[in-house]
Amino acid sequence: MIENRPLLNLISHLTLCLGVLVVAFPIWIAFVASTHAPEALNSGTVPLWPGDRFLLNYAMALGLETGQKTLNVNLISMLGNSLVMALGITIGKLLISMLAAYAIVFFRFRFRMLSFWLIFITLMLPVEVRIMPTFEVVADLGMLNSYSGLILPLIASATATFLFRQFFLTVPHELIEAARMDGAGPIRFFIDILLPLSRTNLAALFVIMFIYGWNQYLWPLLITTDEHYYTVVMSIQRMLSVGDAEVAWHLVMPSTLMAMLPPVLVVILMQRLFIKGLVETEK
Amino acid sequence: MQSQPVFNHRWLPWLLLLPQLAITLVFFLWPAAQAVWQSFLMEDAFGLSTEFVWFENFSVLLQDEIYHRSFTTTFIFSIGVTALSMGGALLLAVMADQVIRGARVYRTLLVWPYAVAPAVAGVLWMFMFNPSIGILSYLLEQLGYDWNHFLNGDQAMLLVIIAAAWKQISYNFLFFLAGLQAIPRSLIEAAALDGAGPMKRFWTILFPLLSPTSFFLLVINVVYAFFDTFGIIHAVTQGGPGGSTSILVYKVFDDGFNGLDLGSSAAQSVILMAIVGALTVVQFRYIERKVQY
Repeated sequence: MIENRPLLNLISHLTLCLGVLVVAFPIWIAFVASTHAPEALNSGTVPLWPGDRFLLNYAMALGLETGQKTLNVNLISMLGNSLVMALGITIGKLLISMLAAYAIVFFRFRFRMLSFWLIFITLMLPVEVRIMPTFEVVADLGMLNSYSGLILPLIASATATFLFRQFFLTVPHELIEAARMDGAGPIRFFIDILLPLSRTNLAALFVIMFIYGWNQYLWPLLITTDEHYYTVVMSIQRMLSVGDAEVAWHLVMPSTLMAMLPPVLVVILMQRLFIKGLVETEK
Repeated sequence: MQSQPVFNHRWLPWLLLLPQLAITLVFFLWPAAQAVWQSFLMEDAFGLSTEFVWFENFSVLLQDEIYHRSFTTTFIFSIGVTALSMGGALLLAVMADQVIRGARVYRTLLVWPYAVAPAVAGVLWMFMFNPSIGILSYLLEQLGYDWNHFLNGDQAMLLVIIAAAWKQISYNFLFFLAGLQAIPRSLIEAAALDGAGPMKRFWTILFPLLSPTSFFLLVINVVYAFFDTFGIIHAVTQGGPGGSTSILVYKVFDDGFNGLDLGSSAAQSVILMAIVGALTVVQFRYIERKVQY
């Protein structure tokens, strides 16, 4: 505290509360909409206070309960696919970038720097800018409509490799010398010393990568045409494209909220690690 | 780094690098090379034969009115998103930095939109602005303003800007707050003793000292608006109405997948790669300077 200005303090709190309300407002409205009957939503305006159909709407959206109106998608299978994709991308990214960083930092070999730059350059090639040719490669490999097609093309990560490299460079020399003195080879050193040391970094990256994986939109949209492989985030748009029929908002909103819940929970529950991961990867 | 004792092994490092390099080559470098190659080819109307046409795809593209419009649209969109999300985040961060109690609570309440997928953010805002049932469009109507983003291009643009900025505020807030908390208290205390009020302190001390953070966020936000907002556009407006929200990334997708104009789509990809490349270089040059700062 610099000086005591009660009025300023009050204004700050009010501004922050207002900010929090503005940020939370869309979620509140979505939640309210997810608890009302379709008639209440499609007549005039959306109510501001929750209704009594919370359980029914969510069960119907999940396909556990049937009604006159259902969604044209299978939400449970999509949530499962999203989970598989998010975890696959996260674990794959962590694994291969950690190994790559280990090779680059702790070994000396020809083309070491060239390898580093090859990996580094992927930073400049997000999926969005090479849509068509990447699609063709995946199609040629026969990976359309498969989990490997959803996961593999997204697991090369320059940022994670870069972060592990930075971290490995800070590992004290004495540790390596001591390990070698005790007769530990490179694999032993990796498993017994480096891996335990990297625990916090791994967890922090896990949070960031999980969110990245779960929220993928364009890639699943391109390579899945088989309903069994749809992910939930890309399917929200599909729920809205019902032609001239009325959108089933009372089911779309529960689905939307369930689609955003897993990554939001991860961020809130692992906030400290999340902030660490964010601040360290994004530079 | 060179002085660090290292392991010697002939093939182990290659084995360790193999997965990362293989994926990089197959899914990143090869498609990128393909995009460059395809941008020099042109298919006939039936897709039966292709011809090497040098830079014709690019020259056609650069003379194309629609492509120019897409550039303008992207700029307006990026400026809107960046200004709104950075402005809002800075205001909130400055407030959170000076409250005596509760800064952590506010942080928790403000960080979570980061985890919301852009497409989901788009749907949430689209619902509130829905012309027939949305709560905000209803309020606007009470004020005598007719909202229909399905018909009005400017309103559609405003809607995607708000949705994109909403999601990005938490990111900017975290970095601004970290930047503010890194400013030495003694500087601010000295200014307060000299009689500078809160506003004056902000403009003469906090704001200038935040400039590295602001510049970093500027680049990140532009990259976000250019490339990560595809989901919002696709889910909310599909580039419409009448192409008024068709940003560059959406147009690449639309021309390639729906229009099947591979040569033009590839040429657009190459142009986008050049833009990302330039932005990445700017970002990293700046990082190097920040280390000395």
